[in-house]
Amino acid sequence: MSEIFTFNSESLEKVKFALSKYPKGREQSAVMSLLDIAQRQNGGWLSKSAIEHVASHLDMPYIKVFEIVTFYSMYYTTPVGKYFVQVCTTTPCWLKGSDDVVKACKEIISSDQNQLSDDGLFSWMEVECLGACVNAPLVQINDDFYEDLNYENTKNVLQSLIDRTPSPIGSQTGRKGSRAEEHVKS
Amino acid sequence: MLKAKDKIFTNLYGDHSYSLKEAQLRGDWDQTCDLIKKGSDWIIDEVKKSELRGRGGAGFPTGLKWSFMPKDPNKNNYLVVNADESEPGTCKDRDMIRNEPHKLLEGCLLAGFAMNAHECYIYIRGEYYNESVVLQKAIDEAYEFGLIGQNACNSGWDFNIYLHRGAGAYICGEETALLESLEGKKGQPRLKPPFPANKGLYGSPTTVNNVETIAVVPTILRRGSSWFSSLGKSKNTGTKVFCISGHVNTPCNIEEEMSIPLKELIEKHAGGVRGGWNNLKAIIPGGSSVPMIPKSVCDNVLMDFDSLVSVKSGLGTAAVIVMDQSTDLVKAIARISRFYKHESCGQCTPCREGTGWMWRMMEKIAAGQANPEEIDRLLDVTKQVEGHTICALGDAAAWPIQGLFRHFRDEIEEQLTKKIRAA
Repeated sequence: MSEIFTFNSESLEKVKFALSKYPKGREQSAVMSLLDIAQRQNGGWLSKSAIEHVASHLDMPYIKVFEIVTFYSMYYTTPVGKYFVQVCTTTPCWLKGSDDVVKACKEIISSDQNQLSDDGLFSWMEVECLGACVNAPLVQINDDFYEDLNYENTKNVLQSLIDRTPSPIGSQTGRKGSRAEEHVKS
Repeated sequence: MLKAKDKIFTNLYGDHSYSLKEAQLRGDWDQTCDLIKKGSDWIIDEVKKSELRGRGGAGFPTGLKWSFMPKDPNKNNYLVVNADESEPGTCKDRDMIRNEPHKLLEGCLLAGFAMNAHECYIYIRGEYYNESVVLQKAIDEAYEFGLIGQNACNSGWDFNIYLHRGAGAYICGEETALLESLEGKKGQPRLKPPFPANKGLYGSPTTVNNVETIAVVPTILRRGSSWFSSLGKSKNTGTKVFCISGHVNTPCNIEEEMSIPLKELIEKHAGGVRGGWNNLKAIIPGGSSVPMIPKSVCDNVLMDFDSLVSVKSGLGTAAVIVMDQSTDLVKAIARISRFYKHESCGQCTPCREGTGWMWRMMEKIAAGQANPEEIDRLLDVTKQVEGHTICALGDAAAWPIQGLFRHFRDEIEEQLTKKIRAA
């Protein structure tokens, strides 16, 4: 873990674009972007070296950048799974059965959150509202939302990643975006 | 019920592409230059006359807000669009960004021109990664076709739009926290005054508007303020995208007329309450921070700013969270309390300490381990947090608890007493 982090050429292109968005002398505005770029290059988490590299790139004190890392919830300072499963459990998801989604994650990934699965493929954690509440409950896996979940189809989604045949992202009941499904009156 | 011809967001569900070509078929970027040529005073006046109120939660009159921006051409005015949609229950801006990004971008140009801003930042929540990719593509396309950038739409106005991604902090939806975050700092709200219209981003005059507020502007200007203000009720005009979640048969986002009765909204569009209307227990009508209302109020209330204030709740972001009779309301609100504890930025003591204290007390009540008298202490603490913090997060943490006990205290006390007797 003591590897020295430096931006690779692909990341440097992204860094250049990020810096181009802000006025001269306001490079600090790009700190969130640079941390995100570094995190992606580093396999989903930020090592001390990566944070130091971002700080020196922006000519900011390390502590100022570390403060940003700890304030925002989407920067991680310990390794996460190749598939990082974030389960929304805030009230709109909870009302629709997010406890069952958590149960599925515990069974397939690890009994406690923030622990790598035995094969290192997954980790999971509870998060606050992801902002897709009419498709509740849902999880975010890396950049993608999997919506309209229940115990069964959560297990299916996770299994599909293990089998390297990923389920389509979005609704797992096949509905289009946030449109209401046909309601059959009983 | 809103007629199809009065819908602004005709591609809310992504039935068609978000691309510029298809957006133009839907009427976006249609003679935008002509609207700009009518001048900034005309635009602000039309928006004022439309009675558009901010769609981010507070409902401040948009035209009035724009008129606070200094006209001095030597100042670097900024328009900042708040796409940090994080209020639990709310997911409307997401649909506008991923399916109607050109409505937003055209609105940015018109609003920016009206408030003398050449630069615009759109701050999108970090979790909306795929949405940010769509929006960046739309921005690139708008530049490519000269709709934004130098001499935008051949209007003579230079206008740049930049996308800034957040990284998971609810508080950055508060406008001054958002500005701090844009400047590369922790998202902690600023003391006001000075207000952003005087000193905002990088110390320059800034107006922060919600995505939906900006995205409806082009249609208002094209169809006229009188069209918009003919929908809904006085001071509560126009269309609104509602997010209906929780215990309904078919949860959905839906654009409807402002002031639609809550019951009609749910029965027409969300397949009704699970188990029928009589199985309804309570509804949070405007996102997690507004107080809940019991079924008896839901029966007749209208969905607009003033009607919901009159029943001691609020329209907020128009995120309707429905809870049926099976719901443990104390647990539902305890989970919201946990949310606010998690999202407090830690700057003000009443909020930093109070949100955690309120959450623990709510959990104690949910577990049946509190005395009924402790409810008085909890309510007293909510009053000490409310109004005593720099921003409204403290209020937002206090109101759901106050709403719960305003309507269901007898029931909760009875359950607690039973549990104490049984123990």
